[in-house]
Amino acid sequence: MRSKLLIACILGASYWTAPAGAADPATVKIGCVAPLTGPQAHLGKDIENGARLAVDAINATHPTLGGQPVQFVLQVEDDAADPKTATVVAQKLVDEGVKGVVGHLNSGASIPASRIYADNDIPQISPASTAVAYTHQGFKTTYRVMANDSQQGQALGKYATKLGKRVAVIDDRTAYGQGLIDEVVKGVAAAGGEVVGREYTTDKSTDFTAILTSLKSKKPDVVVFGGMDPQAAPMIRQLRTLGMKTAFMGGDGMQSAEFLKLAGPAGEGAIGSSPGLPLAKMPGGADFRKRFNERFGKVQIYAPFAHDAAVVMIQAMLRADSTEPEKYLPELAKTRIDGVIGPIAFDDKGDLKDGPVTLYQVKKGHWEPVETVGGQAAK
Amino acid sequence: MDVLLQQLVNGLILGSLYALVALGYTMVYGILELINFAHGEIVMLGAMVSVTVLGLLVAAGVPVPLALAVALAAAVLVCMATGVLVERVAYRPLRNAPRLAPLITAIGVSIVLQNLAMIIWGRQYLSFPPVLAPHVYEWHGATVSNVQLLIVAVAALTMGALLLLVQRTRLGRAMRATAQHREVAGLMGVDVNRVIAATFAVGSALAAVAGLLIAAYYGIAHYNMGFLLGLKAFSAAVLGGIGNIPGALLGGLLLGVIESLGAGYIGDLTGGFLGSHYQDIFAFFILILVLVFRPSGLLGERVADRA
Amino acid sequence: MNDLLPERFYRDPRLAWGAYAALAVLLVALPFLVDAGMGRSWVRILDFALLYVMLALGLNIVVGFAGLLDLGYVAFYAVGAYFYAILASPQLGIHLPFWALLPLGAGVACLFGVLLGAPTLRLRGDYLAIVTLGFGEIIRIFLNNLNAPINLTNGPQGINMIDPVRIADASLRRPTEWLGVTLPGTHTHYYLFLLLTLAVIFMALRLQGSRIGRAWAAIREDEVAAEAMGINTRNLKLLAFAMGATFGGLGGGLFAAFQGFVSPESFTLMESIMILCMVVLGGMGHIPGVILGAILVTVLPELLRYIGPLQEGLLGRVLVDPADLRMLLFGLALVVVMLFRPQGLWPSPVRARELHPDNPDLVRQEQEALYDAER
Repeated sequence: MRSKLLIACILGASYWTAPAGAADPATVKIGCVAPLTGPQAHLGKDIENGARLAVDAINATHPTLGGQPVQFVLQVEDDAADPKTATVVAQKLVDEGVKGVVGHLNSGASIPASRIYADNDIPQISPASTAVAYTHQGFKTTYRVMANDSQQGQALGKYATKLGKRVAVIDDRTAYGQGLIDEVVKGVAAAGGEVVGREYTTDKSTDFTAILTSLKSKKPDVVVFGGMDPQAAPMIRQLRTLGMKTAFMGGDGMQSAEFLKLAGPAGEGAIGSSPGLPLAKMPGGADFRKRFNERFGKVQIYAPFAHDAAVVMIQAMLRADSTEPEKYLPELAKTRIDGVIGPIAFDDKGDLKDGPVTLYQVKKGHWEPVETVGGQAAK
Repeated sequence: MDVLLQQLVNGLILGSLYALVALGYTMVYGILELINFAHGEIVMLGAMVSVTVLGLLVAAGVPVPLALAVALAAAVLVCMATGVLVERVAYRPLRNAPRLAPLITAIGVSIVLQNLAMIIWGRQYLSFPPVLAPHVYEWHGATVSNVQLLIVAVAALTMGALLLLVQRTRLGRAMRATAQHREVAGLMGVDVNRVIAATFAVGSALAAVAGLLIAAYYGIAHYNMGFLLGLKAFSAAVLGGIGNIPGALLGGLLLGVIESLGAGYIGDLTGGFLGSHYQDIFAFFILILVLVFRPSGLLGERVADRA
Repeated sequence: MNDLLPERFYRDPRLAWGAYAALAVLLVALPFLVDAGMGRSWVRILDFALLYVMLALGLNIVVGFAGLLDLGYVAFYAVGAYFYAILASPQLGIHLPFWALLPLGAGVACLFGVLLGAPTLRLRGDYLAIVTLGFGEIIRIFLNNLNAPINLTNGPQGINMIDPVRIADASLRRPTEWLGVTLPGTHTHYYLFLLLTLAVIFMALRLQGSRIGRAWAAIREDEVAAEAMGINTRNLKLLAFAMGATFGGLGGGLFAAFQGFVSPESFTLMESIMILCMVVLGGMGHIPGVILGAILVTVLPELLRYIGPLQEGLLGRVLVDPADLRMLLFGLALVVVMLFRPQGLWPSPVRARELHPDNPDLVRQEQEALYDAER
């Protein structure tokens, strides 16, 4: 009986201590959601860091809204890349009165969460979700600063066909990998290439020798992988160990500092795409890199995107001189700025308009830009 | 034909790794009838510790073979200590509790170890220092790298040493006796608690070796790597017959080969309906099939006789 | 169930009725209290907690009543959810109504329960565990990949825009009017889930007290003796799987309708393990205990999100990142509870007496007998 009393007390105490949160008048809460635990935790943290860099920089300029000085506060939550947790977290952020959300990372998390944000008219800018479906649900509040699967996949497919007509593809059976590769296949077909083999893996595997051996027998010129860097790195190592001299390409999930570190010398020559212009070509790029490295270390993948998402959101608020979504949402739609990732403007669905995609290649252990496809976003 | 050979080679390497980990599971199960869910995390610890130590030593200019040996020793020590500690704190008090309680505890320990590793080493993936210059050998059209050969050699040596331990030493005899009947072994003068601790220690040492080899082979280590690996290794142990040491060996090798061949050939076998996206469950299919016809696994189980 | 309240409540009918009435009032008022005190997201968590209560009670039939260790329970949850999703969304263009789909989904899950249970009948203890685990993974991977040749499940992208529950043409996901009061979606779903949960509890109680329930208990304690007593262990084990699967399928359908989106990522092995933890932590085989376990395991990780503000309140700043600590503390909680109360937080009184009788000789005897019985 005593333990039951104890349990009742705990539940009772939690009722009284769990905060219900209304925002302080001088602070504006911006939500930031990403997987902070699990296999992509390093990428989730990257998103948090990028957004934080932006928010702190803006706060340092002592912004004012409606004549009052305000401070923007980042409310960070972990969705563990799980759709159910994402909805719970989304509801929590809505309850705590956030005025906008930067997140989530995985399309599988962004999509169910977007319904909750949309129901509460809270704009959401995703720095990493690439599934086309995310902005095609008919919600006015879904935006992204990352080229979607369609844009990136087509660019990858065309470039792959340039390198060789026989293309093999591997996807990691996640919403991201599968979506990307489906588009790559279309791009290859459009450019006159031939998909000689399609194999699958998961986002938790490390052993790809079986599928690579299978592809080797089909003699491809290029292998394109739709997936993340923890898989791409061992994959290219095993590719080389098997004696395959094919070119190796991947999407933004692979184009990261982590890939360079994990793949080592085997990564030489790999090609990865990333939306936006190369950091070097952007006026603010070098500065961003310097500031980020000083504070957080190496950029993984998404920090610049999260940074720009936060900047776009806050700047829209400042332009509308209000944090109320009805007032600043129209300003958000009309965004035309030069972010760290490149020129940012949105189309009517919330996707990046004419977002450029840059292809990078690993040369001497560094990602060097090779070609930029598309992108003449109106200035 | 060379594709088949290559797949077999791949499978054997993978299988050796599974076998090493499966041995740890099977030994603990034989003595305690407990599925030690935390075992996969011990492998992860072995990988993380060895990568960290190796990285430090190589950066300090220590010659490679010595650095490897020290890293291995460090990993083995840490893993053994963790294994024995976990047994003492989390499993021993529950030795007579209903069967599910230690299972839940094992799951809890697995979560704790994973998250401790995340706090200590961070969320980044650790990379194995490039100390082994890769040489690729060709053999009848299949390629094998020196690292792969090293894995098979080390795995074989370790398993040989284990068999020696279990069959030829006093401790081994005590382990076998405790696995057969704990109370009677106690009556015969065996210190049951120490034997169980030793079993965990040996299993954890094997896990440490496996961790180092896995990190060397794939080049990466991450706090999340243990769970799935542990699960597959446990399936391998069951496949061969749980509690049975040669069974774990056989089960591990078989599982590796099945996964490789499955991933490579499922598509052709089923006319494109199933493909390599089903490779993870191919092994489960085979396992279920085997268990339906041989409910005790391939080589039969060896757990405590009661009747 | 007769340890829920102190003795005297069972002797005086007025007290008993009073207690139940008070409980009823509390249950009805709960979403409003939680919303006011803790925020709307906690009502949402409450909804999920009710869902998990249903699931845990289903698993309790398999693990707690019949003693079959099932590590792949999430498969039935997934089947129920996807069945609902496929037949009530733009996926195939079919939009069947909620009240028809839910029982159908539960029925399909029941079928799967029999299918998946059949090969496992000869397996003992931990082999059963690994096979059921395998089944759970098989179902999940099939769901993840059945987007070719025909797109049944839309693969890893999941099925989106699932029809909400509609009562008299009003979607329960939007605020609706009831007896003059406007209720938000979280509240209406709460009442729906509460009704169904009460139905599930009722069915579980009746099963436990029936001949079937006693037969399950016999199988759990000693299968050989049960067989010797003339119990058809094969059929009853299948029945246990089937009943457990039915409740799982029911929960799955509700989940799909509630969330509006299903993807294979929601049906991982970890989910199965969580549900098992709920059952064992709460008190295996004991219905009130399982309910408590389900609520605790659902709520605890969410509570632990507040470690950050708690640290700030106590220490003035955040020492350890809350995201780092959350799951760590959860794992520790599992270990600690099992070490100090292996019978669960709220075990059945019979079980508790088995493990802690007053006579020390009896303790030893009982423990040894338990050891034998467990095999």
